[in-house]
Amino acid sequence: MTSALNPRFSFETFVVGSANRLAVTAGRTVAENPGSAYNPLFIYSGSGLGKTHVLMAIGHAAKTIAAQLNIEYLTLDEYVEAFHAAIAAGQGDAFRRRFQNVDVLLVDDVQFLTNRKEMQAELLRLTEALQQSGHQIVLASDRPPAEIADLDERLISRFSGGLVVDMGIPDYETRVAILRRKAEERGTSFQPGVLETVAKVEYPNVRELMGALNRLIAFQAVNESPMNAEAASKVLGIPTAASATAAASSVAAPSVASSDEFSQFLTDVTVTVGKAVEAWRARVTEAVLRWEGEGYRTARLEKLLDQETPAAVDDAIAAYVQDVERLKALEAEVAVLDPQAAGEKVFRDPDQMDEAEAAAAKVRDGAAPPPGPSAAFPFESYVAGPSNEVALNAARDAIGKPGKKYNPLVIVGRSGLGKTHLLNAIGLELAKKKNAVVACLSTQAFVDELIAAIDGNRVDWWRARYRRATALLLDDIHLLAGKERTQEELFNLFNQLVDADRQLVFTAPAHPNTLEGLEERIVSRLEGGLVAELAEPDKELRRSVLERLLTQQRIPMEPALLDYLADRPIDSVRSLTGVVQRVVEAAAAQDAPVTAGLARDVLEGAPPPGARRTAGLRTSGIVVSSAGGVRSREKMVWDWPASSDRVIEDLR
Amino acid sequence: MSLVNFTTREITCKIVYYGPGRSGKTTNLHYIYGRVPETRRGRMVSLATQTDRTLFFDFLPIDLGQISGFSTRFQLYTVPGQVYYNATRRLVLQGADGVVFVGDSQARQLDENIESLQNLQSNLLEHGVDVRTLPLIMQYNKQDLPRELILTHPELDDALNFRSVPSFPADALHGTGVFETLKAVSELVLKKLATGSPAA
Repeated sequence: MTSALNPRFSFETFVVGSANRLAVTAGRTVAENPGSAYNPLFIYSGSGLGKTHVLMAIGHAAKTIAAQLNIEYLTLDEYVEAFHAAIAAGQGDAFRRRFQNVDVLLVDDVQFLTNRKEMQAELLRLTEALQQSGHQIVLASDRPPAEIADLDERLISRFSGGLVVDMGIPDYETRVAILRRKAEERGTSFQPGVLETVAKVEYPNVRELMGALNRLIAFQAVNESPMNAEAASKVLGIPTAASATAAASSVAAPSVASSDEFSQFLTDVTVTVGKAVEAWRARVTEAVLRWEGEGYRTARLEKLLDQETPAAVDDAIAAYVQDVERLKALEAEVAVLDPQAAGEKVFRDPDQMDEAEAAAAKVRDGAAPPPGPSAAFPFESYVAGPSNEVALNAARDAIGKPGKKYNPLVIVGRSGLGKTHLLNAIGLELAKKKNAVVACLSTQAFVDELIAAIDGNRVDWWRARYRRATALLLDDIHLLAGKERTQEELFNLFNQLVDADRQLVFTAPAHPNTLEGLEERIVSRLEGGLVAELAEPDKELRRSVLERLLTQQRIPMEPALLDYLADRPIDSVRSLTGVVQRVVEAAAAQDAPVTAGLARDVLEGAPPPGARRTAGLRTSGIVVSSAGGVRSREKMVWDWPASSDRVIEDLR
Repeated sequence: MSLVNFTTREITCKIVYYGPGRSGKTTNLHYIYGRVPETRRGRMVSLATQTDRTLFFDFLPIDLGQISGFSTRFQLYTVPGQVYYNATRRLVLQGADGVVFVGDSQARQLDENIESLQNLQSNLLEHGVDVRTLPLIMQYNKQDLPRELILTHPELDDALNFRSVPSFPADALHGTGVFETLKAVSELVLKKLATGSPAA
């Protein structure tokens, strides 16, 4: 009933080419692991291309590997026949049982399932049963499952659920190999070129190829001399064009294939050359993508791609990269000075290097350091005394270990006690350190700068400027009252600077927590450091200050004068300075020496009208050098009272 | 000397077929010559003795035409295989971009193959070329001979191809493996040109 496996049809005798490699590989896999790899395996190919051979080869291979396996090969027709016979004999169940016990079932020509509904149902049942019990089923057909007419959908899906492979027409090389193998099997040998000539004919299947070979073998057997290629062409009646070429000469015979060989070679070389010489395009494109991705303009590189003859592509890319690196450096530099300017397009276009350099230079110029301490208040000239000892020691600590010990340091004290002097003196000392950028300014100037920055849309620049500071010293912090935006900016700046161990020093007229209009977060931060108070100057301090003032004015230091002035009830250094100034001016007006007597006259008698102050001293009691640039806040009105609260005097 | 010339847009590759005498180097070139259309090939220069042995060398220029805008030329040379023509061999080898070593598959020619390989290596060294850096392909010719006379591809690989370069069994007389070899060496050469070319 079932066909025995033809021993000639094994994998060893099957010539594998590109057209059937997959089918053979799958077949071998199935033979090695029946039921587990591809189940079912469905092989389809045109007639005579080796389906049956592969099917039987699978059977052989499986049997070789595991001899105990029950292997059945049959064509569909045989299957149908057996089925009908079994039904007729009332042995339908026995028939089913028999096939369900097969380990590897090989069914050939399943395309004949067309229009056999009952067989389709039977085969479906069998397939399911075999799959469930882990038995292998391999099917062969001349067309894919979906193209078998009138085939049950369930069978199509079941067949497609395993592996469906096709086998194509063997290519020239495979044909040559098949012919050689077969000729060898037959123990025949041909002259060189004969089998190649046969192989050049594209027979639709291997069977016909074998037929041609058989004819050649037969012809050669009857002839004495071995057959040559020309004779072979004649025997096989190879079409005229080929035979004409073949007839021309045995050397020129393979010209059909030869031009193929050359054009194939040319194609391969073209691909390789394309990859090789056009590699620069790949590199340029890669560079374009990379830098475009990083936000740089790549016009220059793109221009390279347009060129036919790119000279020194790598150099061009390297130059571009160098420019980009320079732009990055510039941008990074600018970002520190002015984050806003860093975002400018010019830093993203390597074709505008000059503009970028110019823009960076501009930012560099514009990035003046924040206002520094006034040189008019050297630390040496700050007169020490018991009343300012604490503050002064704290100042020394701040100078010695900026940012480490007291941060922030808040110097509080009434007006004229030398807060500004001490602040600037600290600033001057800190500024002496290496790479120091000391921002030392009045709070009012700080506020004004911020307003100007907001106005000029340069807040980032303004912030960056202060963030670079290694120390920030703000005079009269109470002037922040009501300036919400400035407080916010200061708050952020404060945190950043403290985090970076940068020294902060503030002055205030009173303890921070008594100042009005300051946000709690600012106050608490001010309190968090050291609040050092400057007390009213004691007699000792007053005397020291007087000595310094008189020395500065080159006035002989009479003890009586010193005693008189130092004993006067003066509550601040500034007042003391004012007093000395009045006396000195009076003496100058009278062209008399500065004596205790004169001082008593001036201070206790009626002061000469109009001589109280001179223009140079209008702004402050402190003698200020014109270059000092310190503005006194005392004559400026920052917060106007409501109009109802103002006294308005009518002038008549 | 090989070249990818971006100014004149030319690619020129010099490929030398090397190997012991009678291994089939000239046969390779003849086969190629027969397959290249007349318009593509130059005159094959072959200085041979009456017994068809290469006395000087063969030279076959092939014009592959415009490839990617480059006018591409291959120059195929063979060297005389006979031991006593070493000066010629060295001369031909000069400036080679790639070498095809055509070995004789016959078992009795194994020693000649090995000797020729060693000769190739030393001649290359004379030119300051490290054989490891040069595109090299092994071709085991005469695989069409009766099996009892020849060594198989794996056997020859074991015996000769200790650098594990690409290798091809061939039957140069009938063309089997000839173009495969040429293609393989061309690929190696062109890839090397692409990475090593100063302009690329």
